[in-house]
Amino acid sequence: MSAVHGANPLRDAADRRLPRIAGPSGLVIFGVTGDLSRKKLMPAVYDLANRGLLPPGFSLIGFARREWADEDFAEEVYEAVKQHARTPFREEVWQQLIQGMRFVQGDFDDDTAFEQLKSTIEELDKAQGTGGNFAFYLSVPPKFFPLVVQQLKKHGLADQKDGSWRRAVIEKPFGHDLVSAKELNEVVHEVFPPEAVFRIDHYLGKETVQNILALRFANTLFEPIWNRSYVDHVQITMAEDIGIGGRAGYYDGIGAARDVIQNHLLQLLALTAMEEPASFDADALAAEKTKVLGAVKLPKDLGKSTVRGQYAAGWQGGAKAVGYLQEDGIDPQSKTDTYAAIKLEIDNRRWAGVPFYLRTGKRLGRRVTEIAVVFQRAPHSPFDHTATEELGRNAIVIRVQPDEGVTVRFGSKVPGTQMEIRDVSMDFAYGESFTESSPEAYERLILDVLLGDSNLFPRVEEVELSWKILDPIEQFWDTHGKPAQYQSGTWGPVEADEMLARDGRSWRRP
Amino acid sequence: MKTDLTDTTSSKINKALVLGRRAIGTPAVGMVLTLVIVTDEENAYDALKAANEASREHPSRTLVVIKRVSRSPRDRAQARLDAEVRLGADASTGETVVLRLYGEVVDHAQSVVLPLLLPDAPVVVWWPVNAPSDPANDPLGALAQRRVTDTYAAEQPIQELTARADAYTPGDTDLSWTRITPWRSMLAAALDQVVCEVTSAEVEGEEFNPSVELLAMWLADRLKVPVRRSKSAGPGLTSVRMETDAGPIVLDRPDGSLATLSIEGQPDRAVALKRRETAELIAEELRRLDPDDTYATALRFGVERLDEEAATVAPETVVDTVVETVVEPAAETAGEAAPAAPAAKPASKKAPARKAAAK
Repeated sequence: MSAVHGANPLRDAADRRLPRIAGPSGLVIFGVTGDLSRKKLMPAVYDLANRGLLPPGFSLIGFARREWADEDFAEEVYEAVKQHARTPFREEVWQQLIQGMRFVQGDFDDDTAFEQLKSTIEELDKAQGTGGNFAFYLSVPPKFFPLVVQQLKKHGLADQKDGSWRRAVIEKPFGHDLVSAKELNEVVHEVFPPEAVFRIDHYLGKETVQNILALRFANTLFEPIWNRSYVDHVQITMAEDIGIGGRAGYYDGIGAARDVIQNHLLQLLALTAMEEPASFDADALAAEKTKVLGAVKLPKDLGKSTVRGQYAAGWQGGAKAVGYLQEDGIDPQSKTDTYAAIKLEIDNRRWAGVPFYLRTGKRLGRRVTEIAVVFQRAPHSPFDHTATEELGRNAIVIRVQPDEGVTVRFGSKVPGTQMEIRDVSMDFAYGESFTESSPEAYERLILDVLLGDSNLFPRVEEVELSWKILDPIEQFWDTHGKPAQYQSGTWGPVEADEMLARDGRSWRRP
Repeated sequence: MKTDLTDTTSSKINKALVLGRRAIGTPAVGMVLTLVIVTDEENAYDALKAANEASREHPSRTLVVIKRVSRSPRDRAQARLDAEVRLGADASTGETVVLRLYGEVVDHAQSVVLPLLLPDAPVVVWWPVNAPSDPANDPLGALAQRRVTDTYAAEQPIQELTARADAYTPGDTDLSWTRITPWRSMLAAALDQVVCEVTSAEVEGEEFNPSVELLAMWLADRLKVPVRRSKSAGPGLTSVRMETDAGPIVLDRPDGSLATLSIEGQPDRAVALKRRETAELIAEELRRLDPDDTYATALRFGVERLDEEAATVAPETVVDTVVETVVEPAAETAGEAAPAAPAAKPASKKAPARKAAAK
């Protein structure tokens, strides 16, 4: 990319109005009839085109079992875009996109379908000038990964030749433990070189998550206190208010820890705790993230420092909800966790002795993801005990979703003749103080794939290190006890509260 | 909500803003900048509408400064300030104050505006029409980090451009420049796709459209080649043609909405290139508040130099009302002859042009 741009006299680093436009390329989506594709991928492609970030001639190929003609596919994309796109619908943008839209019908083991895919790609190279550059988005259940990847290899679709590129985009889960993750990586890397594999963790595409780095490393205000001398503990929460919905088949046996902690929460932990990278390029970032993930230490007594739970029947936000064990397709004896809370420590000079509490769950109070860095109390207070009775700990809360922003909590005097200090919060919200509305995570990530920019994608080492952290916990859970029950619509099992109470702390109510 | 204040002062307006905010229940403000619109009564409505739309992306305090014309000596001697404070639903996401200046205070608008600026936030001044010849030294312009003019709205756009170049101060910018961002980004993307040496270029657009000149100057500056301009019926810019050693690259937009990108040896492609509304232009302008060096370089290239350099290639094409049929074949020949002659040397650049002229 840089070589081409260097030679282009119209490109200039100082010219900041010109957006980063992907080079000639196309996107192939496997499993294009799926939910993710309809709700996120297709709208993201349209939004990118609408913002003028896709190259002229950009092509989109859908691959699925359904018997569609190109027009049916276009119609489906049209509906998806109309319903879910972030930016307003514009006819001329649609006209630009529709010229490069194709559909290939077939099963993943169908050789003729892959031959047809190959000829479609060649046809698009001629008709749309995509230059042989294609990204393959595997929006399919993980059990099909090996098959699809092998088919791509077999039909020569993964070959990078004459300066063109072929990239693979895969979604979580990246295996269900270290062994299976390694197997999966072997399968994918046998066909695509490591730098051509993009693992999507859509959290990393979120503005707020990228802002963690800006907040920490572009300011002088926070970094000096971002260590064990001032920080008491860190809480990273991702809560959902929904149950498993129709995903029983996928979810049972996987559970909350594998589904969320292994990827999203450990990535958030890495970004929150890592040292300053030498630069903002992909290698430097990955190096720091790997370092901090490698320094994560599990507590000795896993029984006391981890909690898992299952939601029981109850009321969630005014609607009656069934318990996990009563959901359709779930074994009533299932030991799958729908709530998981774990305590981790990071064994380095900056964080020694500072616990990181990670929790995630379904059917909790409300949908929220946040990182709370909670500070120690002032070592000495000149005020009476009664004056500071209502004063909590200072905290910096990074709200990842919804209502993206940052909150700083500190004590302030209550107006009046008495000295009374109470917590107040100072708030920065993206929605109200920003110069550009935030793009969807998938927009950013798809654009980065097309540009070949791997900053925001976890690498193999990170995935494997995350499994190394989680595997012992899962093994412990397999052999010890069973999940605690918590009422739907609450903030998780009492065991989780007790876990923090033992350390003299408590969970924030997000 | 709306509060009307007649014969008022800035401090009373500030008080009305605080009271108004408290009344609608949003005492905290998260506004990122103050946008000052300097205009006459005639253009105020459209400008404010555009600014309000843009404020969805950039919550701001918008101050509309309307200088009223005094029609009698008595009016001129009397100074008066009327204000209309709009908050909440009446002002999109920010706050709006419409200031009407009568009489002598017209010459001291900065004294009204200064107390109303948001603390610590950047200030942008926008003149939709009748921009001062030296924006940075204008009393209102001096308050701002960024000064937005629009030469497209001027009586004599090309002269206006030259004046802008002479008075340029970092932070100046022009909506005619903003309008061509999509063109520039598409042309840059086109050159990403082919490795080639551009030998000459042509920009075609409607008459009295300074965007044509700005785009031509930008291309001439970046590519270091002669760039010709030609006229069309519009709307706006209609076409850019770059002759390269790998064949011509043409971006053609006859209808102001959907363009076609043609690159030699590659299929033609449709490209969305819609003419944008003022609100979108303002939103883009507010996105970055640092000086636009690329604009400065392009602006300072100068229209005269553009004409001179274009003249060295094909003198007759600069003359207006050129018959299209004559120009086109000439350009074709120049393009085809180009690969034989390396582009860097001016001498060799002349050769195909002479051949063309001889036809």
